[in-house]
Amino acid sequence: MSAIPIEVNGEAYTVAANLTVAGLLQQMGLLGRPCAVELNGRLIPKISWDSQALAPNDRLEIVTLVGGG
Amino acid sequence: MDAIEQTVPPSTHQLVIPLQIGRFSLRSRLIVGTGKYGSYQLMGEALTASGADCVTVAVRRERLLDAQGQSIMDFLPLDRLTILPNTAGCFTASDAVRVARLGRELLEQLGNAGAGWVKLEVLGDKKTLLPDPVGTLEACRELVSDGFTVLCYTSDDPIMAARLRDAGAASVMPAGSPIGSGRGVANPSAISLVLQLLKDSAHGGSPEYPVIVDAGVGTPSDVTQAMELGADGVLLNTGIAHARDPIAMAHAMRLACDAGYLGARAGRIPRRLYATASSPWEGVITHIPGE
Repeated sequence: MSAIPIEVNGEAYTVAANLTVAGLLQQMGLLGRPCAVELNGRLIPKISWDSQALAPNDRLEIVTLVGGG
Repeated sequence: MDAIEQTVPPSTHQLVIPLQIGRFSLRSRLIVGTGKYGSYQLMGEALTASGADCVTVAVRRERLLDAQGQSIMDFLPLDRLTILPNTAGCFTASDAVRVARLGRELLEQLGNAGAGWVKLEVLGDKKTLLPDPVGTLEACRELVSDGFTVLCYTSDDPIMAARLRDAGAASVMPAGSPIGSGRGVANPSAISLVLQLLKDSAHGGSPEYPVIVDAGVGTPSDVTQAMELGADGVLLNTGIAHARDPIAMAHAMRLACDAGYLGARAGRIPRRLYATASSPWEGVITHIPGE
């Protein structure tokens, strides 16, 4: 199985070529925590995490809620 | 026994009418931020003391190396708080729209009533944190058309405030002074003009249109002043979070907000140059100079 380079929250990662957003979150230990995902500047709603596959050089932002004013 | 009970004044929450912002209804007119606290525990206690039923949060990158760390969500009673996500840290309209949508997605996942509204901030500069009016208006329009209830942070410029209302903002939130500056309502005349313009039907407004003074509030008297000017609510964070005793300050801010609200509606006396005696002149046994 080939590996692809992606960028998550500004950092470079290498992941399996057939990985989905849900799979990535699972690997990062984030499934089950409140988080929202943006793929190449586009929001991926939770309902699409299982079906959204990652492609080489994808840029992801994984965000959560923090204290703020 | 009856006589004693009659002397107990009604508690303020019976006197303060809920604040309606679009489809959202808030029991407390004090909205507080959740940033800058020394600990989540302290934050939780201060939020409780503030009496607020709406708190703001920010959207930030998940810390991937420390994903097992504590989440602020574990310290917020989500069943009784409406979470208001902000777009703090955004300097362009497009970034603010992105962040607003991410915030909505997060609150939908949490099943919180706050999914669907946003405190819109589009900042012009990191040092002053003053709003960029052009970017704010652009983002406001886009978020309104995307179905958001937009609470719009802006400067105290009355014309800009009217433009944001006309763009569909559910509430306009003029800054008292720069964010975190603790300088209170720096220009009360400007805030009064904002209120006049947004609430006066002769200016295309309505008395019910909610105006919230946001930012710069440092003391309870700042909160009271904003409410006495006619604001419908006050949003603050640093004034409580960075007080020496945040819990005591949260209590004080809560009382100040209620005091200003009730005082504004009670109808103040006119200012006079000369005194008017509270005790009657009739029946005095003294010599009055000049008479």
